[in-house]
Amino acid sequence: MIPIYTRRRIVNAINLTFSILAMVFGLFWLFWILFTLFEKGLGGISIAIFTQMTPAPGSTGGLLNAIVGSLAMVTLATLIGTPVGIMAGTYLAEYGQRGWLAPVTRFINDILLSAPSIVIGLFVYTVYVAKMGHFSGWAGALALSLIVIPVVVRTTEDMLRLIPDSLREAAAALGAPQWKIVTLVTWRASRVGIMTGVLLAIARISGETAPLLFTALNNQFWNADMNQPMANLPVVIFQFAMSPYENWQELAWTGALLITLSVLGLNIAARFFLRKQALVN
Amino acid sequence: MKNQQTLFYSKFIGSHDYQQPTTHESKLKTEMNIIPSQSIAPKVSINDLNFYYNGCQALKSINMNILERKITAFIGPSGCGKSTLLRTFNRMYQLYPSQEARGEIMMDGMNILDKKQDINMLRAKVGMVFQKPTPFPMSIFDNVAFGVKLYESLNRNELEERVEWALQKAALWEEVKDKLNQSGISLSGGQQQRLCIARTIAVKPEVVLLDEPTSALDPISTARIEDLIFTLKEDYTIVIVTHNMQQAARVSDYTAYMYLGELIEFSDTDTIFTKPKQKATEDYISGKFG
Repeated sequence: MIPIYTRRRIVNAINLTFSILAMVFGLFWLFWILFTLFEKGLGGISIAIFTQMTPAPGSTGGLLNAIVGSLAMVTLATLIGTPVGIMAGTYLAEYGQRGWLAPVTRFINDILLSAPSIVIGLFVYTVYVAKMGHFSGWAGALALSLIVIPVVVRTTEDMLRLIPDSLREAAAALGAPQWKIVTLVTWRASRVGIMTGVLLAIARISGETAPLLFTALNNQFWNADMNQPMANLPVVIFQFAMSPYENWQELAWTGALLITLSVLGLNIAARFFLRKQALVN
Repeated sequence: MKNQQTLFYSKFIGSHDYQQPTTHESKLKTEMNIIPSQSIAPKVSINDLNFYYNGCQALKSINMNILERKITAFIGPSGCGKSTLLRTFNRMYQLYPSQEARGEIMMDGMNILDKKQDINMLRAKVGMVFQKPTPFPMSIFDNVAFGVKLYESLNRNELEERVEWALQKAALWEEVKDKLNQSGISLSGGQQQRLCIARTIAVKPEVVLLDEPTSALDPISTARIEDLIFTLKEDYTIVIVTHNMQQAARVSDYTAYMYLGELIEFSDTDTIFTKPKQKATEDYISGKFG
């Protein structure tokens, strides 16, 4: 019979070992991916990447049109999705105490949150692209905004729920109508958290390929017209990586590295803000 | 109702040598409870007030008068309904759909429980300070100006004067006059609570409700707030809920003892603490119960 304390120490050591092994298993792949990206992508980074258009097979070029297209569509999608998401999340947290509308909205939002993005791409294709008869940057932005909305709705509601009721009561006790309680007190108290949600939504859509494949498609040339098919990093990566041309494959790696770095940056920023929010409360 | 009250008394005073009141006596007692000995016109008059949480009754037929420019304290063990009663005076309970008040609370000739009563105007007239200090996430100045800006359009100078006036009234001005732009959250707990009091009186209410305003504070901050409450009596009708019997004895003019949603005894504070009429009150005051 092993003494009880020795036994506990052994069990603890075993648990610790398995936990660390699980963590190492997860991190191993992550670091492998990062390492591969840097190894294959870093070499391609040059001024040309940011100044030249996507090239024809065999010739030199950059990713300028794809970077600009991605920026344009992500920005537009954020501008569409953020207000809608914040307003809907505010309704769920601040107004939807009574009735059936809020629970139903919350349920549908959760479904939308986990919907495969290709379904959203096909949806926008059916209701917009097919009707207009051509692919366009607008359609791409619309599809991306449909991914932004549920993320922002969810984080906005969660962040507003973190605000204690005592703060709402204090504002109400001064005779503030509800819209002023929301805009002047609870939004202000949770603004850092809500901003974090928006950042995470941007990070999420920066790498989405499927919704753009059916909407913005791609464009090998410079295009600032949102009504035309638009180049974007994820679809360029998809196309170039599948191609047999070596210079295209190299550009795909570089594009992948760019996206990963920007998503990493957004996530670090989000963590930073989230910590600030925790300090405020 | 009378029978229910008689039954209720016998249930919780059962173990003592206590003569069960006759119906006549209990009616008399209720009437004595309503109006404190002095005959001043009441600021707030509560008639047959019942309160329900999710249909569960929390206040049972409360009748009482709150006198103008006096301090009225509600005491009683946890869950007796004292905060619930306080929160009917500014209809704070209405933020929560499952809470409901029935009866009459007359204030300046209006039943404030009436649907026609504008709830925000009511709250501008009946201010409230809560148990935990709740500064808004904005500067000290904006915290105090928040309520003022809702109902008055003052120019910058007038607003600054009002903020200074309120902070001085709340005995906080000297400590914060050089940092009005700092966040209200940066203040200490006692200062935050005085900020909340300043915020409440800046609106110039007529009635100030204090819901255990010192229970989250240290003894020194508590003493400062008690002094402050005492000076505020000159201008405002004050109702204070407290867990601390000494506090009720120190600051209030009238004290109501509540138990299980009923008003057991209501009288001037001296009487309640020196010669209460009810055995139940005496037991609570003397610490035998509660």
